[in-house]
Amino acid sequence: MVESDDFVQALQDIGFDFFTGVPDSILGSIIATLMERRLYTPAVREDEAVGMAAGAFMAGKVPAVLMQNSGLGTSLNALISLNVIYQQPCLLLISWRGFQGKDAPEHLVMGDSMTQILDAARIPHRTLSEQSLIEDLKWTAQTFMKQRIPVALLLKKGIVKGNHP
Amino acid sequence: MRPEEGTIQSRARAMAAVLELLTDQPVIICNGFPSREAYKIADRPTHFYMIGSMGVAPSIGLGVALAKPDKKVVILDGDGNVLMGMGTLATVAALQPKNFIHVVFDNEVYGSTGNQPTISRLVRLEQMAKAAGYANVERVIEREDLVYEFKDMLKKDGPSFLLVKVTEQAEDVDRVMLEPPEITRRFMKAIE
Repeated sequence: MVESDDFVQALQDIGFDFFTGVPDSILGSIIATLMERRLYTPAVREDEAVGMAAGAFMAGKVPAVLMQNSGLGTSLNALISLNVIYQQPCLLLISWRGFQGKDAPEHLVMGDSMTQILDAARIPHRTLSEQSLIEDLKWTAQTFMKQRIPVALLLKKGIVKGNHP
Repeated sequence: MRPEEGTIQSRARAMAAVLELLTDQPVIICNGFPSREAYKIADRPTHFYMIGSMGVAPSIGLGVALAKPDKKVVILDGDGNVLMGMGTLATVAALQPKNFIHVVFDNEVYGSTGNQPTISRLVRLEQMAKAAGYANVERVIEREDLVYEFKDMLKKDGPSFLLVKVTEQAEDVDRVMLEPPEITRRFMKAIE
């Protein structure tokens, strides 16, 4: 497992300096660390978070949006009719609820179809793993800068752990 | 009967009055006719014209306002848009950005899709903004009131919300003749 402090520090080290989103339990420790560091602006909906990230990017920030994968459904129109076509990149840190069908019923269909939805929307994505963390973050930064569109890192339960209960 | 009795100003006329008072402030303009009208009235590199993502204009403006606290950010929005992204009234009120001015042209219809009625005749949007906790909230019909209140909001600390009642009339306007990535690049450079 990766410590949330190290994970957030790694994101800051590659330049991310504006964080917004809507919480999920899998993202809890990351959000707690971001709040401790006064880097997190809470949103009430994921499309709002994506819009804020677009504005922050145009004003010189390097933005990241945290969301549960249900929020991918909520924000998909903003992602494709704002961020993608206007070339406004952001990092999407998406928790993978419903992974391999092991979750509450409301998460199962999205858990099963999320990567296909991302592929169909032409949003590049990777699933974060502890072994390849540095490589994954490098890929994220490169894709972000080169393609100038949203890039998704998918977080399964138990990859990032916090000092926060 | 729509719109509210006494409303004689078209959105384009109201928007022209607002744009006349602006110089180099970042302006986010919502999708549909408002962006197309603003592009025709006064195209500036500080304008961010939206063509999709309905309801998100104030979110984009909020991102700009938080990242550039020294610039007054103006959002030109519509009633259908505010209704779609209503949660953002709460987010803005919670964060209290001082440099945030949200102007809503309320014609009580979805004008870009054929004038189907919105519910803004029944639900007073400026009261929603006030209840959420915007610092300044005004509702105007006449052009001279619009000019007075908007000038005042440019001077005051926000967040401010200005509801402008306008008629259903839309100008005969072309689409915005800029590619979206060009709009992004131009806007970024202009507000640097």
